[in-house]
Amino acid sequence: MKKNLTCVACPLGCSITVELDDNGQILSVTGNTCKRGDAYARTEMTNPTRSLTTTVKVDGGRHPVVPVKSAAPIPKSMLFDCMKVINQITVKAPVHIGDTIIDDILHTGVAIVATNEC
Amino acid sequence: MLNYDLVVVGGGPAGMAAALQAKECGVKKIIILERAETLGGILEQCIHTGFGLHYFGEELSGPEYAGRFIEQVKQTDIDVKTDTMVLDISPQNLVTAVNKKDGLLQINAAAVILAMGCRERPRGALSIAGTRASGIMTAGTAQKYVNIDGYMPGKKIVILGSGDIGLIMARRMTLEGAEVKMVCELMPYSGGLTRNIVQCLNDFDIPLKLSTTVIETHGKERLEGVTIARVDDHGQVIDETQEYVECDTLMLSVGLIPENELTKGIGITLDPITKGAVVTEMRETDHPGVFACGNVLQVHDLVDYVTMEAQIAGQGAAAYIKDRAAFENAEYIPTIPGNGVRYIVPQKMNIRSKEDIKLYFRVGAVYKNAKVVLEADGTVISAKKKVKLAPGEMENVTVPADIIAKLTKDSKICVRVEESQ
Repeated sequence: MKKNLTCVACPLGCSITVELDDNGQILSVTGNTCKRGDAYARTEMTNPTRSLTTTVKVDGGRHPVVPVKSAAPIPKSMLFDCMKVINQITVKAPVHIGDTIIDDILHTGVAIVATNEC
Repeated sequence: MLNYDLVVVGGGPAGMAAALQAKECGVKKIIILERAETLGGILEQCIHTGFGLHYFGEELSGPEYAGRFIEQVKQTDIDVKTDTMVLDISPQNLVTAVNKKDGLLQINAAAVILAMGCRERPRGALSIAGTRASGIMTAGTAQKYVNIDGYMPGKKIVILGSGDIGLIMARRMTLEGAEVKMVCELMPYSGGLTRNIVQCLNDFDIPLKLSTTVIETHGKERLEGVTIARVDDHGQVIDETQEYVECDTLMLSVGLIPENELTKGIGITLDPITKGAVVTEMRETDHPGVFACGNVLQVHDLVDYVTMEAQIAGQGAAAYIKDRAAFENAEYIPTIPGNGVRYIVPQKMNIRSKEDIKLYFRVGAVYKNAKVVLEADGTVISAKKKVKLAPGEMENVTVPADIIAKLTKDSKICVRVEESQ
């Protein structure tokens, strides 16, 4: 069986074809133009992940919220659960780029970090 | 009156990269004038990732990408004035600006780089029938409400236009708990990056309705719904396809317009397609010593390309400040968009250039398995196979220095798309 994907690893958006055998095992990955594309296609077929970017409330900052991101991709199925956790938090200013806001969100092993000064 | 070698108008990614490059090329006195309260431009509100893959080789959010340049600017002696609005640039390159602290500023500049960016096409440009209910806004305005001001502009959303900001906002609003009912696109294809359709719409099962537009808005105080309809190949509404969609918010992501009021004021020639200045390969406009780069020159889809273009302009301005005579001796020929190509930047190139010149362009329609052909005087210089070409994705082709050396003032350089048979 063949499956066509559009790579989201970078804005190039390569069209990737993954060939699977009857047991769903990956036989080949073609169409990608870099290693990241190969890795994307493999995780997409087994455990799709996405980077999460959102905001966290800030007390006493230059804006009411500061942007944050997941330091690594998290399972796609957990995006909304992670949003719930992040939306319950308020941090105190000052916040700096790279500051850890949550060490390990929902036991994914992934940290939530600030992406701007506030 | 202040005197500077280089005045950069705009402190977004284009302005910062241009100023830094000029500094690196040895320009002494540089000042950046920025209208907002901080450097960074629109990147401040673009909190999603995907910035910097080409330039830094890593995936950054907008504020992180801007932050790297802000840090670099701080390490130099480049002067920065924020909260400062440039009002006018005279034909003698006298820059008039105003801010709360200095009042009226007059700056004499040897060279000027225009890096004012762009703004969104507003509702008025679309002539949608209906009331002036609240809840109708551009996607970028909504982005600022959510990402900077921290509040949600609505709960049930319809997005008109599938530009990247619209797609990004579809995901953003969904993550924050809103219901994004659909994204409507007038054209038969999306104007956004394919990856954004995948990760912003498909991931959340948000329908993308192509060849569909909003023809009417409903509601008096607050938007209550919109009427959508399908359109034919000529953009005309097809009868009996009208459909009412309940929503409290309509977001518009229907294109960006370079912000060229200052450019027009100087009398610089604009390209009717890009809506930005006509420039040379150094990004010099037809007004000597005035350069342009970034979204004020042509709307980009990737900030990485903005940075690279700004560096060319920074280098160009530095070369101009150092040796004006070389610019006066330049001999330009136009770059000609051929079949399938909407425009090329730069619009003209110096045939005395000793270096390769990269031509950036956009196609006018979606092509599969086509070739990008570069021709000089009817001879094919290169023909590059492309699996996919789309109007939403900027392409480039290089004119090699050895080819430029053979060009004369009557030569014609053309880029065209050759469809597969």
